[in-house]
Amino acid sequence: MAQTPYEVLGVKKDASADDIRKAYRKLAKEFHPDLNPGKPAAEARFKAVTAAYDILSDPEKRGRYDRGEIDESGAERPRYSYRPHAEGAQGWKYQPQGEMNVEDLDDLFAMFGRGGARRGARAGEGFAMPGPDRHFTLTVDFIEAALGGKQRLALSPDEWLDVTIPPGIETGQVLRLKGKGGPGFGQGAPPGDALIEVRVAPHPFLRRDGDDIQLDLPVSLAEAVLGARVQVPTIAGPVAMTIPPGSDTGTRLRLRGRGIKRRRRGSETAGDQYVTLRVTIGASGDPALAEFLKGWAETHPIDPRRTMGTGAAQDTKA
Amino acid sequence: MIGLDELLRRCAGLDRAELVRWVENRWVVPEQPSERGGWVFHEVDVARVELILDIRREFAIDDEALSLVLGLLDQVYSLRRQMRRLSAALEAQPPDIRDAIRKALPPGR
Repeated sequence: MAQTPYEVLGVKKDASADDIRKAYRKLAKEFHPDLNPGKPAAEARFKAVTAAYDILSDPEKRGRYDRGEIDESGAERPRYSYRPHAEGAQGWKYQPQGEMNVEDLDDLFAMFGRGGARRGARAGEGFAMPGPDRHFTLTVDFIEAALGGKQRLALSPDEWLDVTIPPGIETGQVLRLKGKGGPGFGQGAPPGDALIEVRVAPHPFLRRDGDDIQLDLPVSLAEAVLGARVQVPTIAGPVAMTIPPGSDTGTRLRLRGRGIKRRRRGSETAGDQYVTLRVTIGASGDPALAEFLKGWAETHPIDPRRTMGTGAAQDTKA
Repeated sequence: MIGLDELLRRCAGLDRAELVRWVENRWVVPEQPSERGGWVFHEVDVARVELILDIRREFAIDDEALSLVLGLLDQVYSLRRQMRRLSAALEAQPPDIRDAIRKALPPGR
């Protein structure tokens, strides 16, 4: 076991430069090889004293020695790094107890607050974590959303999924396709699900109102006055409907059972379609109609605004 | 594996009373092979003593703050050890599983 330079010179650690010099001179004289010919022990001692003095006489070197940067021979000391030890085989020793004593991967996942594999899984079951869910949006045609059907969804350029659309689906509803998400991790881990958010595209003239369908239907003056049998679009295709004579704009007719059909507990329910008439005078520039109305209006003074309190109708001839 | 005296000799500027206090605080945990026997410091303990010396000397940190610093350091190293264990476990998986995990990793930053 090597001595420190202070021990070699026989001085205290806080010795002054003067004390060190005095101690060195005394020992150098005592063990000088010229004064001790043929005494190898004395020569070795003299070398040690000189080396010790070499360090302690130089304030800079002495400081470096005191800080442990150089050893007693003046050689650079390798600086210890704690990290390789902490991460090495012995490092477990200084692991915080209780909170971080991770025994298996289940605990590791629990530590990070992730579901991971369920706690209490039997030992030897191995690590299993369900795959991630995948999210998609699917725009569905109005008629298809009302009637239900199948639609292809492109998951990726070379992966398709046939999605079954239940009748009456609405914008914002999410379809969950079990097992169509990302693959699971580990043995026997189930894949995730595909979650498909549905958007229903609007229809040019049909509108949804729950399970009922609303339609504004233009009718001619003659159809409104005289009545008619017309073809009306519905979600299931055109159907015939009778317009009773004397109908007006705003008249609402019902097509029973022509709305959205649902199956609930074996029995089927169906909404209705409501048709609201809009009288359209397409032939307002027709001279014959105008001529007729001139004569007719004189004998049929009708004021549809009489309940608004705005006064009598203006003379149409003025 | 060294004794207390050799440790004191090796770590210039380390005071015996100070080291005893560190051991009492369990900042350094030497082995004590027998009831009356001396402490035995393993390499990890020696490195830890050097670390504490460095922290005290270079950052002028007092005992109370040192306790906090060591606690945090131990947590970081513990996490790093666990990460390594997990990495090793992942490394041992077949390529398709490693690939799936890589894909499932949420983007960092």
